[in-house]
Amino acid sequence: MQTLTTSKLDPKNAVLDQICPAGEPWSHPIQRGQVFRILDLEGNQAVDTLFYSADDPEERYSAVDTIRRQANLYLGTGTQLISTEGNLMLTIIADTCGRHDTLGGACATESNTVRYALEKRFMHACRDNFASELTHHHEYGLSKRDITSNINFFMNVPVTAAGKLTFEDGISAPGKYVEMRAEMDVICVISNCPQLNNPCNAYNPTPIRLLIWNASDE
Amino acid sequence: MAEKNESIPPGPVLWEETMPGGMQWSGIVRRGVSLRLTALSPGANVSALFYNHEDRVERYNMADTLKAQHTVFLTKGHVCYSDMGRVLCSITADTAGWNDAVCGASDDALIHNKYGIKRFQENRNAMFRSAREGFLKELAKWGLGKRDVTANINFFSKVTAEEAGRLVFHGNHAAAGDFVDLRFEMNALIVLSTSVHPLDTRPTYEPQAVKLTAWRSGVAPAQDLCRNLCPENVRGFANTERYFAT
Repeated sequence: MQTLTTSKLDPKNAVLDQICPAGEPWSHPIQRGQVFRILDLEGNQAVDTLFYSADDPEERYSAVDTIRRQANLYLGTGTQLISTEGNLMLTIIADTCGRHDTLGGACATESNTVRYALEKRFMHACRDNFASELTHHHEYGLSKRDITSNINFFMNVPVTAAGKLTFEDGISAPGKYVEMRAEMDVICVISNCPQLNNPCNAYNPTPIRLLIWNASDE
Repeated sequence: MAEKNESIPPGPVLWEETMPGGMQWSGIVRRGVSLRLTALSPGANVSALFYNHEDRVERYNMADTLKAQHTVFLTKGHVCYSDMGRVLCSITADTAGWNDAVCGASDDALIHNKYGIKRFQENRNAMFRSAREGFLKELAKWGLGKRDVTANINFFSKVTAEEAGRLVFHGNHAAAGDFVDLRFEMNALIVLSTSVHPLDTRPTYEPQAVKLTAWRSGVAPAQDLCRNLCPENVRGFANTERYFAT
């Protein structure tokens, strides 16, 4: 049911090769034509990801336009990530995991109070990461107002025909990766999810590896 | 269904307005006021966005709403969460039984590609309109813009997912007279469009009219279906009441 596709790109040729520790934010521009890989180092990590057009950050990744365009809830090989303006931002070109989520959103201190307990406010959360990363990067011109529905790479949020939505154990594993080609210049903003209250990270947030290749190396 | 015949809201009506198909509307509905959306013909759709009127950076959040209530669609008993863990409004009635929360809004490119172009010059107010452009027009009136358009709800529209996530649009889900009641638990800016659902399968552009009726209902009582639907909602109401504590 899921299409698994591998990549021939060699990490030795990558122009960027970084580790993002568990629970931390990360952001970086990705140029049109470059290939971006997110690698799940230890398995079952949720990688909360937003994309903005570098030329006009008011244009950004749209979960609902991506879902509507492909008439499918899940992301995988071949999925075109669509912007709020209906433009193609990135295309998923390799995926050894098989399914990624864009309905589950990002954890927040406030939503944790609703989902788990009022006392769970005081735990590190993805939307604090997003807010902090955007605040420290004035050059992006973005703020809390711009934190929109994100992608959760490697996260498993199955939906039934009756409309039930659940967070399940991940279907990812150590070394699984997803790779996408930028179709426009974008800014990628990530929170390497610190959630400790549900199985999206197997209750154990872990580091991820981020790589970028230039178009000519593809 | 007996409920479908209750066309008169259970409280003193504050105002009433009919939106023609394809049009947009925005306005403030206060805490303790309910808004009924009534489909006036089959196949109606209302694309909707909600904001906290006192701080519009706080707004309806699709993911927080769905994951708190373990659902991919919205119906009677569910509430609409803001991104701050508070309840903007409760769905206290829904005679059609399914409102889509994940397919977004029609935009101009979709309308043009699917139905062609009908502009004002030749068609006057029968021109084709998309929900996104309607949202942007209304948002501009409140000092808001593209950055504020988030994942919206499509009231009266049903879209289900098959096993592999493939979406199926159920045409004419709402019949004439079907209604959805939204009880506002916060002072909210509401932005609506009656343009067609983006996955509507009709071959022609046929947006339908919808009636809005506001009445004084009060906020959620202690014994309330929405408040007590799940432990998450009990906590969402606790957060909301803390916000209004004086």
